[in-house]
Amino acid sequence: MSTHTTVTNTTPTWAGGRSPFNVSYGKLMMWIFLLSDAFTFSSLLVGYGAIRFSYSGHPVTPWPDPALVFNHFPGFHGVHLPLLFVSLMTLILIISSVTMVLAVEAGHRKDNKSVLKYMLITIIFGSMFLGCQAWEWSQFIGEGARLNENLFGFTTEAAAKAGNLKLFDHVHWDMAADRTPGPVPFASLFFIVTGFHGFHVFSGIVILVVVYINALFGTYERRGHYEMIEKVGLYWHFVDLVWVFVFTFYYLI
Amino acid sequence: MSTAAHADHGSHGDHHHKETFISKYVFSMDHKMIARQFLITGIIMGCIGVFLSVLFRLQLAWPETQFGILKMFLGSFAADGVLSPEYYMALVTIHGTIMVFYVLTAGLSGTFSNLLIPLQCGSRDMASPFMNMLSYWFFFLSSVVLLSSFFVSTGPASAGWTVYPPLSALPKAVPGSGLGMTLWLTAIALFIVSALLGGINYISTVLNMRTKGMSMNRLPLTIWAFLLTAILGLLSFPVLLGAALLLIFDRSFGTSFYLSDIWLPGEGAYANVGGSPILYQHLFWFLGHPEVYIIIMPALGITSEVIATNARKPIFGYTAMIISLIGIAVLSFLVWGHHMFITGMNPFLGTMFMFITLIIAVPSAVKTFNYLATLWRGNLKFTPGMMFAIGLVSFFVSGGLTGLFLANAALDIAMHDTYFVVAHFHLVMGSSAIFGMFAGIYHWYPRMFGRRLNESLGHLHFWLTFVSAYLVFFPMHFMGLAGVPRRYYMFTVIPEFEIWADVNVMITIAAIVGSVAQIIFLWNFFSNIFRGEKSEQNPWKSNTLEWTAPLEGIHGNWPGAIPTVYRGAYEYSRPDREEDYYPQHIPGDDDGVYHPESEQKATIRKETVEVSKDKEIVYFTALRSIFGLNKG
Repeated sequence: MSTHTTVTNTTPTWAGGRSPFNVSYGKLMMWIFLLSDAFTFSSLLVGYGAIRFSYSGHPVTPWPDPALVFNHFPGFHGVHLPLLFVSLMTLILIISSVTMVLAVEAGHRKDNKSVLKYMLITIIFGSMFLGCQAWEWSQFIGEGARLNENLFGFTTEAAAKAGNLKLFDHVHWDMAADRTPGPVPFASLFFIVTGFHGFHVFSGIVILVVVYINALFGTYERRGHYEMIEKVGLYWHFVDLVWVFVFTFYYLI
Repeated sequence: MSTAAHADHGSHGDHHHKETFISKYVFSMDHKMIARQFLITGIIMGCIGVFLSVLFRLQLAWPETQFGILKMFLGSFAADGVLSPEYYMALVTIHGTIMVFYVLTAGLSGTFSNLLIPLQCGSRDMASPFMNMLSYWFFFLSSVVLLSSFFVSTGPASAGWTVYPPLSALPKAVPGSGLGMTLWLTAIALFIVSALLGGINYISTVLNMRTKGMSMNRLPLTIWAFLLTAILGLLSFPVLLGAALLLIFDRSFGTSFYLSDIWLPGEGAYANVGGSPILYQHLFWFLGHPEVYIIIMPALGITSEVIATNARKPIFGYTAMIISLIGIAVLSFLVWGHHMFITGMNPFLGTMFMFITLIIAVPSAVKTFNYLATLWRGNLKFTPGMMFAIGLVSFFVSGGLTGLFLANAALDIAMHDTYFVVAHFHLVMGSSAIFGMFAGIYHWYPRMFGRRLNESLGHLHFWLTFVSAYLVFFPMHFMGLAGVPRRYYMFTVIPEFEIWADVNVMITIAAIVGSVAQIIFLWNFFSNIFRGEKSEQNPWKSNTLEWTAPLEGIHGNWPGAIPTVYRGAYEYSRPDREEDYYPQHIPGDDDGVYHPESEQKATIRKETVEVSKDKEIVYFTALRSIFGLNKG
């Protein structure tokens, strides 16, 4: 990209005969697609917000505290580690974004070897994120979450106990004694929102692998520019950005 | 990069691909062929949609009368020749879906965006011809899936074109809520993919691939309309995708995003609770309202072009036209709540929605007055395209005025879901957009097929359609004001509505006449593809670039270099020119930028005024010089 913009363009920006943003149509298309995809995620998050707030102050089934639900960590069974695992997931995804930037930068330098290296790291970290998500889902399902079922309500005594939990406390909820049915959409929205995001990560990895193979066979070296890496990069950063919102709205708030 | 991208596309015209039948007519990547594919698919879908409306109009006019035609086409759904109530709902639903999405979204915007964006902007093809092809084939697949629901034993979706839950979310609610509804959702999901692929292409082509000199303020208004339509579609269809995703999960995987507190007769309380059907309405209308502008804006753009060309005058208020389009586009995202006044929304929120909705009347009125001002004292050429464009203005006014009634929350509570609403939207977005589409077809038929349509048949088609459309939809206002609800199967069982029996008969007869009149159009359209008189290069003496490219429609549009543009698209009847038009690509005495202060032109203008000594002209010229909106 940058290698091409060294040509000074004297045509006025919007006068036709050139791209007003100095980008190829392919990259413009990716931006436009991301804009529309942002609206898809927004619709899901707005739906989540609407349903969640319809439960605020609900006397029987208040919205569960995500910190009490997502407090597991592999290898630390029964230890109260609220949101630690999902923070690790976020970190993994952000690291993959950093390596993606490095791959794009290497593409600017036309350094095929570095491009390959950083893309591989990105693919590995992306897959790690998906693996973490799978673990979290299976943990959640193992505790009784279903698309149409949610057992994350607490009895009064259990709620009092939950309120006093500290970090690293050992905790075990008895399914029958401590748990009551909570708001059903809590579980179904979790599956839909993180599932839709996970689907985007998965398709991102597929595209990354395809581009990686292309780079491996020197397609971009022959083509003379690495714009495809940039386009994939845009998509990948977008998926990361969406995760930041999912993380904020679903876990933190 | 931009230079590199242009070089890539520049080479399109030079080499010839070996074209087979499949690559030329079926999986074509040429935007002109894709436009024809969209148009013909749209026309076929339109015929089906109109035919369905005639079938259910028969039921409304003559309930409990046996019709052989119903038995013949609908079989067990109209046993003894009488339409069953469930199937009446299915016909209404599919009629709405087909007309809104398949004819007036894909058929209108798909056809003319594809045809005109590369030709009027001056580019070899769309930014991505491959995605363009995919866009058509997703649309085709979507049409096939939707139509296949007619062959399901329980019938097609029957929840209205808005498919509100719980009727759509409970598979056992009505017969059509079963497989028919699943097919509807599948079809719409495919349609959204098609709309997104198309929209991304349209926007990037308009922004990135205009020819040299084609600045944004020289773009024909059609292109502005297509650009804003694509932006609207791109930002609103994804929300429908999200809504449909949640609905699919509610239907098939037992979630309850839209379901709560439902009592099923014979089964008791429905187990799935916790959601809200109002959430669906919010998500749906966030698409649904921009959708009506997705339908009408291309038609308005086409009208601007057709009216200016055939009035031989610059469009009045070019800049105002663009600003009003942008205003409509922005406001359309803020008004979805006016479809939901009776959902029990907070009255303050309702007031806000009402207020913003009423503001839309301003840009709409700007457009209408600009059309009228363009027509005024023009040298009018009443081609069929022009007739349909004027027809659009007529419907836009008569339907738009009732929009002001319905936008008012207090009035809407009484009129909601009555025939008043039916009358309103069939005039302002139904008939209006269809007339815009016909205007476009009659105007650009020579561009599409290189031949001309029969003008007399065109006029006959116009008058029959125009009169019957008013006869069908105008009386519905009075029915609506009297409280007649829409989507009812039979009015004879309600004594209060018996006085409308004759009106219903009249509407149905007008609908049949209007539908039969379309056969004239079909004959004119399809027979002249092969037999029509060959068109000359620029039959309407139009300024825009599409008439400079060979009408045979070669690959890459222009044989040599792409023409450069020197001025705006609406320089008709310039006093300093002998011909009454001044095509955009002809280098001129000026640098292509209009200087209102230029002395020479000012003198000419003064002379015109003095010679005519006409008060109106003075007034008109004064208006023009004050607002300075009228280039040329």
